[in-house]
Amino acid sequence: MLEVADLHSYYGDAHVLHGASLEVKTGEVVALLGRNGMGKTTLIRSIMGLTPPDVREGSVRWKGQELRGVPSHEIAKRGIAIVPQGRRLFPSLTVTEHLTVLKKASATHGWTVAKAFEFFPRLAERRNNRGNQLSGGERQMLAVARALMIDPELILMDEPSEGLAPVMVQHLEGIILQLKQAGLGILLVEQNLYSALAVADRAYILETGRVVHQALASDIAEDPSTLTKFLGVH
Amino acid sequence: MSGLNAFQLLNGLTFAALLFIVASGFTLIFGLLRIVNLAHGALYLLGGYLGYAAASATGSFLVGVLAAMAGVAVCGLILDRGLLRFVRGYELRQVLLTLGVAFVLNDMTLVIFGGDTYTVPTPDFLKGAVRFWGLFYPKYRLFVLALGVVVFIALWVLLNKTRLGALIRAGVDDPEIIAAMGINIRKVFLLTFMLGAALAGLGGAVGGAFLTLYPSADSEILVFSLAVVIIGGRGSLVGAAVGALIVGMLNTIGQVMFPEFAYFVIFGPMAAILAFRPLGLFGKAA
Ligand SMILES: Nc1ncnc2c1ncn2[C@@H]1O[C@H](COP(=O)(O)OP(=O)(O)OP(=O)(O)O)[C@@H](O)[C@H]1O
Ligand SMILES: [Mg+2]
Repeated sequence: MLEVADLHSYYGDAHVLHGASLEVKTGEVVALLGRNGMGKTTLIRSIMGLTPPDVREGSVRWKGQELRGVPSHEIAKRGIAIVPQGRRLFPSLTVTEHLTVLKKASATHGWTVAKAFEFFPRLAERRNNRGNQLSGGERQMLAVARALMIDPELILMDEPSEGLAPVMVQHLEGIILQLKQAGLGILLVEQNLYSALAVADRAYILETGRVVHQALASDIAEDPSTLTKFLGVH
Repeated sequence: MSGLNAFQLLNGLTFAALLFIVASGFTLIFGLLRIVNLAHGALYLLGGYLGYAAASATGSFLVGVLAAMAGVAVCGLILDRGLLRFVRGYELRQVLLTLGVAFVLNDMTLVIFGGDTYTVPTPDFLKGAVRFWGLFYPKYRLFVLALGVVVFIALWVLLNKTRLGALIRAGVDDPEIIAAMGINIRKVFLLTFMLGAALAGLGGAVGGAFLTLYPSADSEILVFSLAVVIIGGRGSLVGAAVGALIVGMLNTIGQVMFPEFAYFVIFGPMAAILAFRPLGLFGKAA
């Protein structure tokens, strides 16, 4: 459903993505792995139409249509949501407002505010708190809940487990699997390899702006030599 | 040197109310769009002239006020869509551009209205004075005071209790992410810009009925608005209200007690506040 082909992205003169290609099929969870600074966030931003970076070559096709040059708010409307690295909540909005700002509280279709609170009971308890008054785990829940409010078919998650305690990481894995069961596609950027491989169907490994390896997640998990080779894990 | 009497105190308050109306528009544009709109004073004056023309032609003060707000909002639309969009993200160019627009608007109003002074005609029921606490006070000025309070409440409700307000706040916090959530933030920005301009127009029409309109009235109100926003902190509604109260009262104190240093009485304390709180009393880091 999402096909990224031969993407070249730049920050000014710095050439960061050197022909990255990947694919996410309907309802699939795909892990995008790679060490720090390899271009994972750059790839996510390029798909979402966020600038910088500047995409100079290649294509991003979504349901057969080209997304390059489409403004990011339009891309979101076509069904791609983002859970950005570092959460990026709105400090002056309450938990409830993070959701109602995107969808009226009275909405009855798809992911409603009520449904989001049912899915994330912790957020319901803290509905009147502001984003910056939440714990790390709650913030990540809110970032996911916010993305769901646009009723996406695909969510781009950029290091959702970053900074979370192990028990929260497990909780997050459960949430990702539940979303997958609900039919959502997820492109999951992770440094936490075992967490990503536990939930993903397939995985790509990115190295200095190129996909250097792709395989079924289960194959990688069973053959740690790949991880050693590409990610320096022992 | 004499102290302030109740009459002068009320004058300070009513001036503060007018300043708040004008400066709230200024701070909205500054806070959300990061544009120091130096044409804000010219928009105020344009609102005054439009209000004068429409109120004189129709005999209705209300029509004059509405015409001023609508006309200046349209002017804001043209300014944003027609000019500012070409210099987005370049602060210095925005400042210079709006300064240029201020000059152009001024000359245009000078050509159309000449150098005479005008006063926006007020409705009969706001003429004359009311008596309370043993003093006579002009009804119209009390109306301005009440209007300032109403505008504050309306803006507070808009920003804090409506979806548009939440969109505006989210846009201030992180324009990139709110756009990535499917919101056309440019539209929200434009609406905010027009709202800010309409507030300048409202201030012009209302202020033009008791401060009189003349060709350089715009720079005076601009300087006061800048002081209000700098003291209060950019983008903060409460800051604008507190800043307006401080500047309004200091202006009155200066005029009454230290007429030779009237400006110093305002800008001295402003500098002192800035030394301790560079972002203003209610300012937040960007
Ligand atoms: N705004 C920017 N301007 C210039 N260079 C940038 C910018 N953002 C990222 N880079 C550079 O691009 C390269 C890829 O960065 P990117 O953020 O995509 O890496 P990443 O794989 O997401 O890393 P991490 O795991 O640390 O988040 C890095 O060398 C980084 O220094
Ligand atoms: Mg990253």
